Amino acid sequence: MTAVVIPNGLRAHCEGCARVEVEAVSVRGVLAALEARFPGFGAALGENVAVAIDGEVFQDPLYEAVAPESELHFLPALSGGR
Amino acid sequence: MAEDRKYRWVGTRPIRHDGVDKVTGRANYGADFALPGMLWGKILRSPHAHARILRIDTSRAEAMEGVKAVATAADLPEQRPGGATDLSNNILARDKVLYHGHAVAAVAAITAEIAAQALDEIEIEYEALAPVLSLDAALADDAPILDTARRARGMDDTGPTNIAARVDFSRGEPDQAFASCDVVLERSYETQTVHQGYIEPHACVADTKADGLVEIWCSTQGTFTVRSLTADVLGLDKSRVKVTPSEIGGGFGGKTTVYLEPVAALLSRQSGRPVKMVMSRDEVFRATGPAAASRIELKVGATQQGQLVAATARLWMEAGAFPGSPVQAAAMTILAPYKLDHLFIEGFDVVVTKPKVAAYRAPGAPQAAFAMESLLDELAQQLKIDPIDLRLANAVAAGDQLPYGPRYKTIGMKETLEAARDHPHYSAPLGENQGRGIALGFWFNNGLNSSAEVYLTEDGTAVVVTGNPDIGGSRASMAILCAEELGIDVMKVRPIVADTETAGYTDVTGGSRVTFATGWAVVNACRVIIEDLRRRAAQIWECDLEQVAFDDGRCLPVEGSGLSHDPLSVAEIARKMGSTGGPINGQAQLSARGAGPGFATHLCDVEVDPETGHVDVIRYTAIQDAGRAIHPAYVEGQMQGGAVQGIGWALNEEYLFDDEGRMENASFLDYRMPVASDLPMIDTVIVEVPNPIHPYGVRGVGETPIVPPLAAVANAVKHASGVRMQSLPISPPRLLAALQEQAAE
Repeated sequence: MTAVVIPNGLRAHCEGCARVEVEAVSVRGVLAALEARFPGFGAALGENVAVAIDGEVFQDPLYEAVAPESELHFLPALSGGR
Repeated sequence: MAEDRKYRWVGTRPIRHDGVDKVTGRANYGADFALPGMLWGKILRSPHAHARILRIDTSRAEAMEGVKAVATAADLPEQRPGGATDLSNNILARDKVLYHGHAVAAVAAITAEIAAQALDEIEIEYEALAPVLSLDAALADDAPILDTARRARGMDDTGPTNIAARVDFSRGEPDQAFASCDVVLERSYETQTVHQGYIEPHACVADTKADGLVEIWCSTQGTFTVRSLTADVLGLDKSRVKVTPSEIGGGFGGKTTVYLEPVAALLSRQSGRPVKMVMSRDEVFRATGPAAASRIELKVGATQQGQLVAATARLWMEAGAFPGSPVQAAAMTILAPYKLDHLFIEGFDVVVTKPKVAAYRAPGAPQAAFAMESLLDELAQQLKIDPIDLRLANAVAAGDQLPYGPRYKTIGMKETLEAARDHPHYSAPLGENQGRGIALGFWFNNGLNSSAEVYLTEDGTAVVVTGNPDIGGSRASMAILCAEELGIDVMKVRPIVADTETAGYTDVTGGSRVTFATGWAVVNACRVIIEDLRRRAAQIWECDLEQVAFDDGRCLPVEGSGLSHDPLSVAEIARKMGSTGGPINGQAQLSARGAGPGFATHLCDVEVDPETGHVDVIRYTAIQDAGRAIHPAYVEGQMQGGAVQGIGWALNEEYLFDDEGRMENASFLDYRMPVASDLPMIDTVIVEVPNPIHPYGVRGVGETPIVPPLAAVANAVKHASGVRMQSLPISPPRLLAALQEQAAE
């Protein structure tokens, strides 16, 4: 099961969980699993979200692979003040 | 993986390939471009910082002799939800003006003078509203709300608010951990709005053809960004916009968006002629994106031995007229360099009636580091611990977790601190009224998307085509990497920056990414060529590919292969291209990951004049981990440039507004940036802790050097004068007032 660390600002959208485990092989699958378990989570997450998978940051992560032992963090996408 | 080998060109300092054009004045910048039949475009700007637009009448301007087009926001398409609404409203205000200088209408005429006169003929009726010129004003209970429909992202429904977004990160139990600390410091820090100060104003020419195709020539950090944003604002397919970059006279992040280009394209469409627009310096200050003003409340707890235990930080940053301050990045960086088991960081993006902020070198990090590095200096002084030792004792290393989740890989933080400690500057004696400050800086660096094409000519020289405008000497780095890979002379490589229909898609020149990511694409493109050269050598020698090696610009028989041919140079094979399969080209693209974070430690000596409050920087040393310096002179240039900009931010620079929100110092005479005569030579030390992900170990270098100077200067001023300045800039009147206050106590 891939471990997903939920940032404080999103915990209200997943029953207060700080850490959720999901079965998925890609970030897209992680998002689908979270949405299935917590309807509305995807909308709360919004577009332009970056993730860190096992410490590696991906700015455009939808199709990146995750492993059962992976840990995934959601990060705010760096807008750089643009 | 970073390769450990001896290099022929990497680490050398060849003259830049674009150097002769620049020193002889022949290089073409944004304002140099012209087309036959070209019109001149001008922008009418708001005289109010905050007002509702009740009526715009352009009829008198349209009737003027020589006026060919007049445009307002009504001529732009409505944006879909989630589209480029804010950008569109920033380049031509729709219902409200949100800062003094906000664009309201535009004119194209046969001369610049007629265009300027026509602006005076446009009638606009405003309902003036109260300006919102500070964080306090924006956050007050009775604050005028810039956009009553906006709700804060990341917060429970707040109702109408000037807070556009909130972000937070946490670990452990900081409130409980503070109780166990021997010492807890809690301080507040402020920085003001500052500008990147690029010497070249924004400029463009746009030509919208009869079939709707848009061609743009402009000064920008990102041709593909201009293409994308212009297409979004005008409602066009991206393939309908072509952007060609000029040489660029500085950007520092400020040229990663658009102000003029969609407007010029619109005026061109209306008039059927090319339209040129060039901002004045006044317009650059009033209406382009500065760096965010900030307030940071920081609390740090430690043991008597100097072990950091817990920290909390609350950050507020001004976004300007539309959401998008760099507060997220500030929140992510402020505690990133230090091991902390307990932390809480909360950031707020706040809109005010000032120009929308833009990127400025390591957006958000200088303000954040000013707070953290100032507080650590105070902590070191209180604990009687050397400030470098305090930082070393708490420095992160590979495997440590960042406040926002990921873990560090190989980094050079400790190495820059140790280099600073061991540098003669750190132990040099100081005189009366002199003081020394040190500060550390961290920046993520970025990878993103890059493409590269390498074309071998029939004499074995090469052309490297990339899509990143060269703001820091990147063409020289592309040439060096190509020369190193192909084993040819670096001056036989011609690196060019191509337009959006010639180069493959490439993200903006920003995020300290070009040498790292686009350079990596160049390396990969060269390796495509090397494989092709080996194949052709095998064809010539009538042997198997596996029997051919490539080394230092030559194909040669693999040792033990039984072949005895003389090596074939790149040039020799290139001359046979027609008979061995045709042209020899390499192409590569990547989404570059693994941009190694950058760390820098700066040492600053100042002398304070106690009678005037004037601060003289008398010695400055910038030390930075570059991973591997491809062209050390340009790495040093980045380090020096970032240091100087940070010194200006620390000592002098700030936007000054009157009560109505009009900027009072919109010129280089009144907005005081440091010049060469103000400063000593900025000494540099390049530390090389290779980034293990990159084939040459490269880390980005362009942004990190602006992160430490704000605190390095402020810490030096403290040790020179006894006054700790927690609000920037440390301008003479401010410091003199603080010195007098200290004397009175």
